[in-house]
Amino acid sequence: MAELDLYNAQFMDHVHNPDYKYQMEDATCSHEGINPSCGDELTFSIRLADSGTIEEAAFTGRGCAISQASADIMSDLVIDKTPEEAVGLCRLFMGMVRGEITDADELERLDEAVLLRDISHMPARVKCAELAWRTLEEMLEKRCPDTASAEVGRHG
Amino acid sequence: MSLTENELASIRENPYRADFPLLAGNPGLVYLDSAATSQRPRSVLDAALRFYETMNANALRGLYRLSVEATAATEEARSRIARFIGAADPAEIIFTRNASESLNLAARSLGRLLLGQGDEVVISIMEHHSNLIPWQQICAERGATLSYLYLDEDYRISEDELAKISPRAKIVSVTQVSNVLGVANDIAAIAARAHEAGAVCVVDGAQSVPHIATDVEKLGCDFLAFSGHKMLAPMGIGVLWGTRALLEAMPPFLTGGEMIDSVSEQGAVWAPLPAKFEAGTQNGGGIVALDEAIAYLEGIGMAVVERREALLARALADALSALPFIDIVGPAEGERHIGSVAFNVRGVHPHDVASLLDMHTVCIRAGHHCAEPLLKHLGQNSTCRASVALYNDASDIDRLVDGLENVWRVFNG
Ligand SMILES: Cc1ncc(COP(=O)(O)O)c(C=O)c1O
Repeated sequence: MAELDLYNAQFMDHVHNPDYKYQMEDATCSHEGINPSCGDELTFSIRLADSGTIEEAAFTGRGCAISQASADIMSDLVIDKTPEEAVGLCRLFMGMVRGEITDADELERLDEAVLLRDISHMPARVKCAELAWRTLEEMLEKRCPDTASAEVGRHG
Repeated sequence: MSLTENELASIRENPYRADFPLLAGNPGLVYLDSAATSQRPRSVLDAALRFYETMNANALRGLYRLSVEATAATEEARSRIARFIGAADPAEIIFTRNASESLNLAARSLGRLLLGQGDEVVISIMEHHSNLIPWQQICAERGATLSYLYLDEDYRISEDELAKISPRAKIVSVTQVSNVLGVANDIAAIAARAHEAGAVCVVDGAQSVPHIATDVEKLGCDFLAFSGHKMLAPMGIGVLWGTRALLEAMPPFLTGGEMIDSVSEQGAVWAPLPAKFEAGTQNGGGIVALDEAIAYLEGIGMAVVERREALLARALADALSALPFIDIVGPAEGERHIGSVAFNVRGVHPHDVASLLDMHTVCIRAGHHCAEPLLKHLGQNSTCRASVALYNDASDIDRLVDGLENVWRVFNG
């Protein structure tokens, strides 16, 4: 079963030793995302360089292994990207986990996040995997408001 | 108390699994989510099909033979259900879609009959959302307050807590068995206390009627709600039992066809019970299938069902307690559990536990189990829940344990 690969060593390393899970000191903007059905909560922060690219990305919060690993992998991916590029990657990722985008060449842009592709066979976990990406997308689309919070689905 | 050799031997045997097509057709499948919905035996599925193949006609409406047969089958089912729960009068059995609809009926109609400004409805903190939101709604509408009975550290509603039911209370509505903790409430004591305060007692039997012999006379309650799909019948058929006096006094819930005696341009006269509460075409196939599900349970004997499920629940609680990385949410004693045991794998989110178990074809539930206020009260975000029914056996519990050991290995190397 393909899903058996999901919780592999590489994935678990992001759960146990996340590189990007910390409180960022001088964030350009932060945004909170919650997933009420699981109690997952995540605050994602970025700092933009003068050039406009994302120079630092970090998150805090708690949740299941999938939401946590997904946030760590995403943080690594969006560093040095422009906000527009990051939004594009968020959409690509969400297309992948919903099973709407399956083309391997296209998905290559997601780099390590392709680890989570089997989520598309686990509909109950799509919201967990999406949480970080949806939070970032919302933050960037609203040009960094730091008050609103993203809610990924209300269904229990 | 751990199981004796004989007890263990009896749950190693499984004369029931073969009756259930979904289980028989999936030999490797470990189904430990019967608290969400049970599986159905072949005889029940056949009964639903037979209804449509041999007597399909709208009950009540036709004057021809088929319709008469459909009506007779419905009324036979009503009589069996009444007998099964110890109700004296089949007219007190109202068919609904499920326990949720039964509880909405009770809340809406009783609320309109009994509740005014400043009155109180009392429920417990362990209620399923289906025995909670309907009361929130009707209380808000009638200017009544909703208050809660809380649990002591032993997961019981204490005498002191019951003493809080005041004369302002008009309705007390509690579950007989918690769908999360698996513990049972002392309904007879709660009903007696409710009546002493002058309140009506409603019982959510969704998790009790499928598993333990039920006698509404002994429980002493005024209403009992339950769902067919948790007791071997199909989805979409449920029951509300209520005392004739209250049902007759209550305004109808849903209105329209079938529930009237006569209609004029500006008014209508309600039909007598039970039709008054059964607007529209009923779920004929579901009704006869529920009848057959009860026949299946009675064929085995509820005492046998109860004993086997109690052993399974004890074996389940014992097995979980023996795993050093598992925390049971609820009492550790297996004797306290009817059907369900909630637990967590230390440091692992319940959804990850359920996904990893699913990879080993072990089905459990994870989440807030439609009981958010209870989980908050317990200081939990979500939990895992395993639940058993008569068609489970000891090998299912062994497979759960293997699966949980795997979960622990994945997360802890
Ligand atoms: C205790 C309890 N009450 C009510 C319900 C609602 O049952 P249904 O979804 O069949 O309406 C459930 C089932 O989930 C339950 O466990």
